[in-house]
Amino acid sequence: MTALSALLVRDLRLAVRVGGGAMVGVLFFLLVVTLVPFAVGPDLALLSRIGPAILWLGALLANLLALDRLIAMDHEDGSLDLILMARLPLELAVAVKALAHWLTTGLPLVIAAPLLGLLLNLDPMATGAVALTLLAGTPALTFIGLIGATLIVALRRGGLLLAILVLPLTVPVLIFGVAAANAAIVGPVPFGAPFAVLCALSLMSLVVGPFAAAIALRQGLE
Amino acid sequence: MSLIDLANPSRFLALADRALPWLVAATVLVFAFGVSQAYSAPDDYQQGATVKIMFIHVPAAWLGMLAWGVMSLAALGTLVWRHPLADVAAKAAAPIGAAFTLMCLVTGSLWGRPMWGTYWVWDARLTSVLVLFLMYLGVIALWRTVEDPARAARVAAVLTLVGAINIPIIKFSVDWWNTLHQGASVLRLGGSSIHPSILVPLLIMIAAFTLLFLTLHLAAMRNEIMRRRVRTMLMRQADARA
Repeated sequence: MTALSALLVRDLRLAVRVGGGAMVGVLFFLLVVTLVPFAVGPDLALLSRIGPAILWLGALLANLLALDRLIAMDHEDGSLDLILMARLPLELAVAVKALAHWLTTGLPLVIAAPLLGLLLNLDPMATGAVALTLLAGTPALTFIGLIGATLIVALRRGGLLLAILVLPLTVPVLIFGVAAANAAIVGPVPFGAPFAVLCALSLMSLVVGPFAAAIALRQGLE
Repeated sequence: MSLIDLANPSRFLALADRALPWLVAATVLVFAFGVSQAYSAPDDYQQGATVKIMFIHVPAAWLGMLAWGVMSLAALGTLVWRHPLADVAAKAAAPIGAAFTLMCLVTGSLWGRPMWGTYWVWDARLTSVLVLFLMYLGVIALWRTVEDPARAARVAAVLTLVGAINIPIIKFSVDWWNTLHQGASVLRLGGSSIHPSILVPLLIMIAAFTLLFLTLHLAAMRNEIMRRRVRTMLMRQADARA
């Protein structure tokens, strides 16, 4: 247990220090949301209608771009080999790493979403709904991304392939995230059903992600 | 002959060479019968002749999913037993599955135009088949990224098994969302909702397509083994020169 908490604290510290890039994801999120009105026009009614979708897409892409920090940096400096050789189960170790990644990348996106909702003319109710769905959904994005990040490390290839592998797997999360947010704003579907599915997707990826990632690391790095 | 004997590529090639002519003959025969049956099947009272598209669309969709199932089994063979043939089977199935999935999308789109008035709708089932197609492309891209085939096989196996979770979502998405695409018709509780005059040719066509898949898959596996032999020979040749 102490090894896992030490790993968590280490990853959190590395993320917030110079070169960690914890806040770059939020900056990217802000940029994506700023670019959309340039593309679709400054129509506030339209923006408030597609606002939840923009926020979800922005969070998805920001999360995706931060994924290469999740495992690859440990691989570069050799600490991944130590984690692989350590006595603690690899599944738990990668799960803790993903948790630290979510705390420094996913959670800031959730916190930033209400502020960005102001830019998109979302009312307080809609903003709350989007933030809540992001809170429930971004863990799924991180833990699904964990699988992609380990595959990429095992291949020693990165970049575009990571996006190609991870994005199809995140489609259900995006669908139900936006569906739940829209259900809360305009109805007529009750908010509970898609939101429950979204939570289920998060919980499922919480289980599947670390196991698949551990297999990918063991099989790919030998 | 047990499964482990097939790990020897020469034995597998000998078996494949013996089985392939029979498989090709069976595929051609069942296809000829199925096409004639499908041709003489009655038109739908609402859809007219466009219902014939179903005889290609449904088998293609079935094979798009079956190919991923074959890849998942092969992925288990790769990860659990390290069977060399499993690597080859997984690699050979990916492009075939992608082709059938694309065929399903294209025929569905051509069918949707006269029936629904549009080539594409963002319905649950259409979307999940599109995602399946994208995942096939992702797996193929993964195979094409790594030079060492054994390593590529293990990494692709992990992705395949994760993707296998997607297939039940496809199967049941119609029941969950129930939008424009019709519900499950061939296999469901309480018997099929399709009239036998159309159902029987459809089942024959599904059998024909499945045979086609088996033939193509076996041939592709044979080609892949030969391709690996060529690769090894080229590497040896390069070593000898150096």
